Amino acid sequence: MLAFVLRRLFQSLIVMLAVALIAFTMFRFVGDPVNQMVGVDTPQEQVAQLRQTLGLDEPVVVQFARYIYNAARLEFGVSYQFRLPVISLLGERAPATLELAFMSALFSLLVGIPMGVYTALRRDSWLAKIFQTVSLVGISLPTFLIGILLIYLFSVTLGWLPSFGRGEVVKLGNWWTTGLLTASGWKALILPSITLGLFQMTLIMRLVRAEMLEVLRTDYIKFARARGLKTRAIHFGHALKNTLVPVITIAGLQLGSIIAFAIITETVFQWPGMGLLFLKAVQQVDIPIMAAYLMLISFLFVTINLIVDLLYALVDPRLRATIGAH
Amino acid sequence: MSFKTHCLAAVAALALMCGAVQAQTLRYANQGELKSLDPYTVNETTTNAHLGHPYEGLTARGKDLKIEPALAEKWEISPDGLKWRFFLRKGVKFHDGSDFTADDVIFSADRVRAQGSNFTTRIPTSAKFVKVDDHTVDVVLTAPNPILNAQWDTWYIMSKKWAEANNAVAPTPAAATTPSHASLNANGTGPYKIESHQPGVKTVFKLNENYWKKIEGNIKEVIFTPISSDATRVAALLSGEVDVIEPVPIQDIQRVNASGNAQVLTGPELRTIFLGFDQTRDELLESSVKGKNPFKDPKVRQAFFQAIDIETIKSRVMRGLSTPSPLMIAPELYPHAGFIRAKFDTEAAKKLLAEAGYPNGFELGMDCPNDRYVNDGQICQAVVGMLARIGVKVNLNAQPKAQYFAKVLKPGGYKTSFYLLGWTPGTFDSHNVLYDILGCRDVAGSSRGESNLGNYCNKKVDELTDKILVESDTAKRNAMIGEAYKMTVDEFSYIPLHQQALAWGVSKKVKLAQRADNSVLLYYATKEQ
Repeated sequence: MLAFVLRRLFQSLIVMLAVALIAFTMFRFVGDPVNQMVGVDTPQEQVAQLRQTLGLDEPVVVQFARYIYNAARLEFGVSYQFRLPVISLLGERAPATLELAFMSALFSLLVGIPMGVYTALRRDSWLAKIFQTVSLVGISLPTFLIGILLIYLFSVTLGWLPSFGRGEVVKLGNWWTTGLLTASGWKALILPSITLGLFQMTLIMRLVRAEMLEVLRTDYIKFARARGLKTRAIHFGHALKNTLVPVITIAGLQLGSIIAFAIITETVFQWPGMGLLFLKAVQQVDIPIMAAYLMLISFLFVTINLIVDLLYALVDPRLRATIGAH
Repeated sequence: MSFKTHCLAAVAALALMCGAVQAQTLRYANQGELKSLDPYTVNETTTNAHLGHPYEGLTARGKDLKIEPALAEKWEISPDGLKWRFFLRKGVKFHDGSDFTADDVIFSADRVRAQGSNFTTRIPTSAKFVKVDDHTVDVVLTAPNPILNAQWDTWYIMSKKWAEANNAVAPTPAAATTPSHASLNANGTGPYKIESHQPGVKTVFKLNENYWKKIEGNIKEVIFTPISSDATRVAALLSGEVDVIEPVPIQDIQRVNASGNAQVLTGPELRTIFLGFDQTRDELLESSVKGKNPFKDPKVRQAFFQAIDIETIKSRVMRGLSTPSPLMIAPELYPHAGFIRAKFDTEAAKKLLAEAGYPNGFELGMDCPNDRYVNDGQICQAVVGMLARIGVKVNLNAQPKAQYFAKVLKPGGYKTSFYLLGWTPGTFDSHNVLYDILGCRDVAGSSRGESNLGNYCNKKVDELTDKILVESDTAKRNAMIGEAYKMTVDEFSYIPLHQQALAWGVSKKVKLAQRADNSVLLYYATKEQ
């Protein structure tokens, strides 16, 4: 077991290094950061000097080695745009992204599961058909379009909800800010959470529906019916419970992608999170932020996958057997 | 049922709260962020305008861009033009309560020229600042310079004591590796104080009650948020969540005007958009013509000029919001009287090309930014279509500004054959255009012509430019400028296209003066209560 864990850890490390290398070399081709930092009429000696101070005149290998060394100590350098340490910028923006990701995950589960159950149980009702259609929209429309449509309906036309920002935030402790303690914070969360969570919601709804239909056909459900249990108990006590195992796995894995793909939603709603920071960094060729963000996200995915792998090994005796055989 | 009513009541209450905005708070959204508060870090219009609220210079520019006294009450120039004496305003205090004196001016003059400053061109390196008394400063020059203070409205004066106390004596360079106090805090003499600043998220400005002059507007508090997405920025204006936005994308102007609660202020901007040719290489980098450079022949340049249908670009691409220009400078900065654009004439252009030896045209690469100027990518596409009509096949390479500038500017080795660029002379003066854009690049060590990407070169223009710099007689100077422009126009040095338009979205409740340099200055704003 220990050998398995170590091997997985080692593999994760390789993945992280590969991501770091890809990210770093890719950034060499996105443009010259120095041009973004100075005006067009800045004298060229100054520009050259700036390049030297930033270490941009050194060979790529040296720059990469230095980067890895610093990243291992959680030092991602100083943002070219803000002149602030990248790690503190990301830390400052993380609460916004995490709150948004959490709320949209919650939204997708709380809405997706009941919708899935309903469409499975009442396949032919008109409401189920509406749900199915809505889920098609959720899967096929791009996020930014959904966001803009929601803004135009709820902010511009109806004037109910804010179109941008986080509303009023409250500081908790030294580095956490929350919008969950103010009315404007809650209002600001609604549209972005729906926009970000809509795709996951439809995914979960379809998953629950398919699993539920599957489970309802199995023998133990038939036996349960034969025993004369109430339909309610069969549906929710037996069928749904067994449906939820794959749903939880998927939802857990999707949490990573919610955080990673919040970029578009954050841009549409000017949500001051890490994704917006990343996108602006790409436009401004702010390499330290881009590199740190990619490392962070890949770390997130690697960690989630690692945990899932280890959990599988713990849960599934067959897998454990193969590990032992090695 | 009762749950439903509760919900509705809650929604209504929230909506009311949303509508009840504090009076005289103005919310402003720009597509760009306010990064560093250090006034010497980035020389860029939007940042300079933001920092013009907490800070101010010795001089200011009025709504019409005329130079006005600010921290200097008045100034005198010695007859030989080598000494400028500035009389500083008395009784002015910085936001931290300390007095503004000559020491602060001398400190700021050193700091703005120090290593790491992006504003070193504001003051000649050889100029000496001498303190005469607490409220008089002499500037001693080595050569006369009638436009010495042309850019001093954005050379902001900082407090010596404050900088020394906060370890901010050196300017925060663009490549700073440690955060600097001056980039996160501001202590100026200007009409607004910085209440809070979260870089890239939100900045709050509070009225400086002790400001030395009564400001025109009535805004007590400005809340600035960057909103980078065009659609969201417009939506925020239309829904009343912000009062002022800059810019409004031109395709949204009609909708904003039709909305009833906001309008778009438009006006000509000072930036001139133009096309340039590589006139220096013996063979173009990206062309089917080998062994020679077609752009060395003025006839080819004229053919390109006459092939461009500027009115179509104006009406189709710019939706009417541009002013076609015969010169490389905006009419507000130098009158266009006596200059007209060469006529759009495809047949004449074809004939010129044939005379130059290209009866079947040729193939050519073109570089263009697609996120820098108003509809820049579309302008280039239109140009490609127009040149196709005279047989020139253009391979357009439209890229984001980061890649574009890296390729075409000096650090990238001016790697372009044909390009689109925009230019606003920082001094609001023709000398800047003649020196940076129309000056020869061939003198090593000189910064002349650094932004003359194609190296158009005429020594006579350079000679005149040098005379223009030191000429103090305005009438004579203007005549010389006109002469220089005439030479460059006759040679078809560039193809000036137009001055693009400003478009600010302003709530109907707000009145705001629009300055042609695109500086959004909210001390001019008044908001109904």
